[in-house]
Amino acid sequence: MCGIVGLLVKTPALKERLGELMVPMLIGMTERGPDSAGLAVFADPLAEGSRKLSLYSGLTDEGADFNWHGLTHALKDHLDVEAIIDVKNNHAVLSFAVAPDMIKRWLREHHPKLHILSTGRTIDLYKDVGTPAEVAERYDFKSMKGSHLVGHTRMATESAVTPDRAHPFTAGEDFCLVHNGSLSNPNDIRRKLQPHGIHFDTDNDTEAACRFLEWRLREGDELEAALQRGFDEMDGFYTFLMGTPDKLALIRDPFACKPAVVAETDDYVAIASEFRSLAHLPGVKHAHVFEPAPEEMYVWNA
Amino acid sequence: MERLSFDLAASSLSDMNRFLHRDLADGDRRHVSVVNPDGAHNIAVGLNHPVTVEVHGHAGYYAAGMNKHATVVIHGSAGTGVAENMMSGTVHVKGFASNGAGATAHGGLLVIDGDAGLRCGISLKGGDIVVGGSVGSFSGFMAQAGRMVICGNAGDALGDSLYEAVIYIRGSVKSLGADAQFEDMTDADYTALAELLSKAGMDHDPKSFRRIASARSLYHWNADADQEY
Repeated sequence: MCGIVGLLVKTPALKERLGELMVPMLIGMTERGPDSAGLAVFADPLAEGSRKLSLYSGLTDEGADFNWHGLTHALKDHLDVEAIIDVKNNHAVLSFAVAPDMIKRWLREHHPKLHILSTGRTIDLYKDVGTPAEVAERYDFKSMKGSHLVGHTRMATESAVTPDRAHPFTAGEDFCLVHNGSLSNPNDIRRKLQPHGIHFDTDNDTEAACRFLEWRLREGDELEAALQRGFDEMDGFYTFLMGTPDKLALIRDPFACKPAVVAETDDYVAIASEFRSLAHLPGVKHAHVFEPAPEEMYVWNA
Repeated sequence: MERLSFDLAASSLSDMNRFLHRDLADGDRRHVSVVNPDGAHNIAVGLNHPVTVEVHGHAGYYAAGMNKHATVVIHGSAGTGVAENMMSGTVHVKGFASNGAGATAHGGLLVIDGDAGLRCGISLKGGDIVVGGSVGSFSGFMAQAGRMVICGNAGDALGDSLYEAVIYIRGSVKSLGADAQFEDMTDADYTALAELLSKAGMDHDPKSFRRIASARSLYHWNADADQEY
């Protein structure tokens, strides 16, 4: 079992309150996922040539005492890159105005235990072990601002309880996916992707789905075409919620084994595994509430 | 008649269910209203008295499960397993219901004004279900006794491996399940259907429905089938 939540605000003023509205949604899914939690927030993009990485130091020897400012000095010394770091506990967002591959290669070489959570111009990603309330507090989720987000609470079934196996998973740039369910053919998908040079960080089944869909997007499929390929290739139980810089997308397996409910008003679209995570939202009593159908694609534009 | 109200934003669901289980006298016909249900699970489960419980908002999983004698009205949607294993009484969902609505119900009447999700009436054992909207795939799977009325459409594999339950459907069927077949409506069917629609407060013409029941070809092992191994 796991919990998923998503929120996309239509009213610009609500972008300031995105995190505050979301935290009760995430905490509402604690019974479905008490072991880990995570969040991807999409906000205004950085300039064309700039990128940001969300980094997690919890797996390094220093943990929350990781020397983040030493990292930016070393990037200046080694690569002559001016990077800005924004630190929250064992997590930091590193921004710079060069191609990200060079920075990521350097990080893997010099800080192999530093986990790269996401890459892009719009996405910030946080995930860690702990209850949703603990993780939300650790990274001050209530202060998050942006146009849309994807969140997850985990009750692990398919791989160990570790920060890197928490959701959301990311692949490529500005793409993330959360999953409630379990895939029965993740290793088939891995074997299909590996000859294309696609590397996996973990043994988690959701990571296979995430990298499969991002691979299709990178190969030029529109989101809807990639999701259709997903229906054909992925076997098992899933409700998937995905985020891109301007979209939230949701699909459910043909048996609708895992739940999802949507509440839509003029101000927002909110998605959760169960209504109890939506009950606190402003105006929800008059929202259009519905259950997404299996094997249908639901895409909302930010 | 005394009216009681429980606000689930202010008091616990356990307190309410405990009241409904322990503090009612036999034959208690009081009227209980529940406000701010906020999608909580197990609202008004296991009732055993002819009370009326009105839930004002959306209910979570297993609402009115195992109902006996009571009338439960949900002015909103219901999550997975509403009225599952109902024995008697009435459960009325004014909005939509999620998966497994009325699963294994032995008796009573479940009315869903909106759509029902997948596996509605799975393993029905004698209860009646009337759905104003459409039902998802695998509805009526292995239903043994009782009746399902579907005013809208059905997804895949409707009535798969049916026993003696009967399905009446007004709209389209994406596909019938194994051993389910359309049959001619009899006068007895029209009478039964008119009564069910009337009880559910739906005014469709019984003549617009079709009957689906078991072809009973799975009742006995066919030793001649698929002998080439």
